[in-house]
Amino acid sequence: MKIAVCIKQVVTREWQLRVNDQKTWIRDQDASFELNEPDAYALEEALRLKEKHGGEVIVCCAGPARATQVIREALARGADRALHVESDALGTADAGTIAAALAEAIRAEQVDLVLTGLQSDDQGFGQVGVVLAETLGIPHATIIMEVQVEASGLRVKRELEGGWFQWVRLPLPALVTIQSGINQLRYATLKGIMAAKKKEIKKVAAPAVASGGQRVTSLYFPEKAKQTQVLAGPPAEAAKALVTRLREEARAL
Amino acid sequence: MILVIAEQRDGTLNRATLESIAAAQSASEPVKVAVLGSGVDAVAQELARAAIDEVIAVDDPSLQAYTADGFVLALEQLVRAEPPQRVFLPHTYQTRDFAPALAARLTWPLVTDCTALKDGGYVRPMFQGKLQADIAVDRPHLATFQIGAFRADAMKAGSAGIRKASIAIDASKIRQKPEAPFKEAKQAVDLSQAERIVAVGRGIKGQEHIELARKLAEAMGAELAASRPICDAGWLPMDRQIGSSGQTVAPKLYVALGISGAIQHLVGMKGSRTIVAINKDPEAPIFEVADYGIVGDLFEIVPALIAALK
Ligand SMILES: Cc1cc2nc3c(=O)[nH]c(=O)nc-3n(C[C@H](O)[C@H](O)[C@H](O)COP(=O)(O)OP(=O)(O)OC[C@H]3O[C@@H](n4cnc5c(N)ncnc54)[C@H](O)[C@@H]3O)c2cc1C
Repeated sequence: MKIAVCIKQVVTREWQLRVNDQKTWIRDQDASFELNEPDAYALEEALRLKEKHGGEVIVCCAGPARATQVIREALARGADRALHVESDALGTADAGTIAAALAEAIRAEQVDLVLTGLQSDDQGFGQVGVVLAETLGIPHATIIMEVQVEASGLRVKRELEGGWFQWVRLPLPALVTIQSGINQLRYATLKGIMAAKKKEIKKVAAPAVASGGQRVTSLYFPEKAKQTQVLAGPPAEAAKALVTRLREEARAL
Repeated sequence: MILVIAEQRDGTLNRATLESIAAAQSASEPVKVAVLGSGVDAVAQELARAAIDEVIAVDDPSLQAYTADGFVLALEQLVRAEPPQRVFLPHTYQTRDFAPALAARLTWPLVTDCTALKDGGYVRPMFQGKLQADIAVDRPHLATFQIGAFRADAMKAGSAGIRKASIAIDASKIRQKPEAPFKEAKQAVDLSQAERIVAVGRGIKGQEHIELARKLAEAMGAELAASRPICDAGWLPMDRQIGSSGQTVAPKLYVALGISGAIQHLVGMKGSRTIVAINKDPEAPIFEVADYGIVGDLFEIVPALIAALK
């Protein structure tokens, strides 16, 4: 099975966010970056499918040059090779633009299956996978918690709200978006890291695409809706104050 | 005109639809509501009790069970025939599944997860709710609304006519073959009845530290729960997960340890009477719902709390 996995580089959760002067994006010049978490699960699922059914795992990333960091990481975990649609604009582009960039690269590969994370930790549009499927003209299913390969195609378990699930069959080629927690992630071994250095990262030129039609006019910290009583002081003092408040004021203990 | 796409399953309306109608009504434009399925008369009548211009029923046997392809085929025709300036939908799992494909087919922008209308555009969270963005859109588009962003009981009541849309769906073009929805084996723990809950998030760092949270829970007479990543990692069983894909709780006391407060977590616990957040990041969105907060390292504060409770 030839599998493409789409991955994105996002700022690390621990990094203290700061907004740029134009208030359109964060000041990420000095940020630290990591692999978008749902994409890490998609990559893991692809590697497991390959282990079971054979084939090849191709990592696909649309983003600026610095995204090579997460591509190398994916190769170190076991992906066979990578496609990098490289452009600075793709770091902050909308879902339609990113999907269009990925579609051209993936179409040429004629894969059986495309996996993506269900959404990214930064913009959180939750659209790239589904728009990509539509662009490639292949069927899709979203928020997947299990993937079974059958003679006729795929049988996948979709997560629904409130503890409900549903199995769906799809013919191949198909695209599925992966939910966090579908599997247990592996980490790169030293051997994997060494091997990754020799693996191919093919640079693909970004196509000229018109903007997707939506833009951020202002980015800011949300206003607090509730007046939180913040209990300050050294831990022992703050803890004591909290217990007193919970007993006497909130009557919650 | 704003076209709201209702969501129903087996004739039961998803109440998040009413929130999207409330959002549309607040925009002072004509509003129509479309409902898709097979045998949707009762749901259409229920929707017709809103102060809107018209209910459009799209009734077809191939829409009996939800599929992304079926919905995209039907809605593409409906939207082109009407055509609305904007399409509003609740940000449900079902919407997430088909709306991006519909948008792509129409070549319309889709703004997801909106929390408010603002200056002709929208407000939506970014960076896991830590930041908020104003979004401008300059052509006809689709927008989805976060659950709870508008109140269903704010929807204005009225009386609307019902029209059947004549739409032809080629069932052979539906590639997804769905099976019936099901629930996993019955949950061992019912947290919805718990009086007090201590919930741990990724701030707990490692499985070996869960014990610390358990001690606090014991000292408070509370049940132990978690955010999704903790259950994903297998540090606590799935039936202790709070949130949109876990349990919904409303205890007297909810203590969030090292939980950032992503929307999918908040929807499961924001009905709690008293909320305490312990987090080292003063900007964490959990403080937007917390009554009491301690900004600091949970590994220092939790032992101090256990001591103070004794
Ligand atoms: C479709 C969908 C469904 C989902 N369903 C759910 C769901 O049901 N439930 C759910 O919880 N999530 C769900 N999620 C995931 C959700 O979006 C968040 O990713 C998740 O809730 C984050 O968990 P967290 O707060 O524990 O981790 P993080 O967001 O990583 O937050 C960790 C927090 O710990 C703090 N911290 C770190 N170290 C310390 C320390 N030493 N002391 C104090 N504080 C510290 C940090 O400041 C941070 O605020 C869902 C997501 C999607 C897309």
